[in-house]
Amino acid sequence: MDWRQLWEICSAPDNVPIVGLIPLLGFYIYLAVKQARANDQLIEQLEADPAMAKTHHRKTWPFKPGWAKEVHVWPFLLRIEFLAAIIVTIILMIWSITLNAPLEEPANPNLTMNPAKAPWYFLGLQEMLVYFDPWIAGVVMPTMIIIGLMVIPYIDTNPLGSGYYTWKQRKFSISTFMFGFVILWVAMIIIGTFIRGPGWQWFWPGQTWDHNRLIYEVNRDLPDLFGLTSNMAKAVFGGIVVVGFYLVGGGAVYSLFRRKMQKDFQRMSLLQFSLMAFLWLTMIALPLKMALRLLWHIKYVWITPWFNV
Amino acid sequence: MADENNSNGGSSGKNGRVGLVERVTTGVKEDIQALKTDIPTKAKEQIDGLKDPTKTQVYTSIFRHKHDDTPRNRALGVLSNVFLHLHPAKINRDAVRYSYTWGMGGITFYLFIILTYTGVLLMFYYHPSKVQAFRDVLYLEHDVPFGKILRNMHRWAAHLMVIGVWLHMFRVFLTGSYKKPREFNWNIGVLLLVFTLLLSFTGYLLPDDQLGFWAVTVGTNMARATPLLGHEGPFGSMLGMTPYNDVRFGLLGGSIVDANALLRSYIWHCIGIPIVASVLMIVHFWRVRKDGGISGPAPVMLEAEADKPRRGPKAAGE
Repeated sequence: MDWRQLWEICSAPDNVPIVGLIPLLGFYIYLAVKQARANDQLIEQLEADPAMAKTHHRKTWPFKPGWAKEVHVWPFLLRIEFLAAIIVTIILMIWSITLNAPLEEPANPNLTMNPAKAPWYFLGLQEMLVYFDPWIAGVVMPTMIIIGLMVIPYIDTNPLGSGYYTWKQRKFSISTFMFGFVILWVAMIIIGTFIRGPGWQWFWPGQTWDHNRLIYEVNRDLPDLFGLTSNMAKAVFGGIVVVGFYLVGGGAVYSLFRRKMQKDFQRMSLLQFSLMAFLWLTMIALPLKMALRLLWHIKYVWITPWFNV
Repeated sequence: MADENNSNGGSSGKNGRVGLVERVTTGVKEDIQALKTDIPTKAKEQIDGLKDPTKTQVYTSIFRHKHDDTPRNRALGVLSNVFLHLHPAKINRDAVRYSYTWGMGGITFYLFIILTYTGVLLMFYYHPSKVQAFRDVLYLEHDVPFGKILRNMHRWAAHLMVIGVWLHMFRVFLTGSYKKPREFNWNIGVLLLVFTLLLSFTGYLLPDDQLGFWAVTVGTNMARATPLLGHEGPFGSMLGMTPYNDVRFGLLGGSIVDANALLRSYIWHCIGIPIVASVLMIVHFWRVRKDGGISGPAPVMLEAEADKPRRGPKAAGE
């Protein structure tokens, strides 16, 4: 266990935000889960007791019939904003006094940094480069993330859970988002920051960064496993696999929705459903490709003269 | 008549002058007499006026309403202030609960203000050129009074802003706040997220050190592989893309990260993206109000009510 190495990584000024992000994210997830659980309990109660549902104020916060429904922004909201501003300022001042922003040697194109890392918030994308070619990891995936985020309101047709924390009413959307944000985005950033060392190789926390370490890894392509040799055969085979993934996956999503989320399925138009299924499968393709690489050393699935997937 | 005229003002100028002097001196004496009474009364008035500064014209011209603790004045305090009028006068009593809101949108905006402020100060000491940039940062760190804390604050506020934006999006998602009628504002928010990351990324190169240089090299190398538009991307070379005309060249102003890249980064960072982001922020905040204020905490809805109209007299719990 190389504590010094671990400390060097954790205390690198630009890594501090991520070290801070982990407990912060944990705290806010706890806050959300706590409120979701309370709301879910209330929903269960109200659903069991229709008479209560008619009269109940439907919030988990205390409420008395005589209370005013609204409060003045001044002072009840503005004092919170002023306090928040003061607290953020204090935190920022202390942070800025105690920790210096990084400044390394002058830029030198002849001296490659190893590892050369993107800013920490893009390390998830850089980590993806291990599993996908740059045109997917660096261009297509980010575009899909942005588009995927933007279409969320238009493909999530579930009217429940608007304006309150809940889990039971939005299991699918919340688990999808949690998976995408916490696992695929934040966890990948953590891997990119704390695990990846020289040569972008995997170093466990506390393992010394060995700049001369070589790993002999023989990666294969999926068509090789099936004994395909001609370019034509590889291209056609890969195309079938990828298209097949979306078709079979789409069928699986359909089957899931038809059985478990019939109401949501009924509300969705064909376009909404197919867009949702496509984006969802694209998201799932990332961990699948990771598994293919890590478990079976498979590099490409689809090989063509122009691009590889 | 003529004599009189003469004696008064003409040939006997001496007499006339004496008359004038007399008139002036008596006049002055009168003035002094009057001053002796006027000044004290005016001064008294002035001092009395100062006892209640809120009644002065200057004050009332700035603050256009009274400050007695009445509901009306509380509302006016928010509505008649340009910086506060973004808020409604009153909000739902639960909407101020921090455990619901997390306050991350507001904190992000506050950090943006801090970043603008510290950023403008940094601009006074920085030249976006290969010769000067790194030395400017050294100068800032070692010689400029408070230069180090200025740079530190700018950097850490930027990182905090990225985290703030993520957590804000996370909260908005978990509370389903992107649902009808706030779909469009969610989209503006996604764009703001992208611009926040781009702002941070363009700033990364500016110290012109190894860290920024290689981070931006790694980042923009991806653009090489853009399908159709990058020279290493699928179908790029078929469309005539080379390192000297593809999308990466456009981003960097060259085929490597060099002086032009530094200048472009600087301009995007200090002018281009802040303007676009500010415009989007205006729309974002305005839409929050127009879409009915923040989404909740709303009364919970039950499965059975899912397909009933949300608004109007039939809405749940209203």
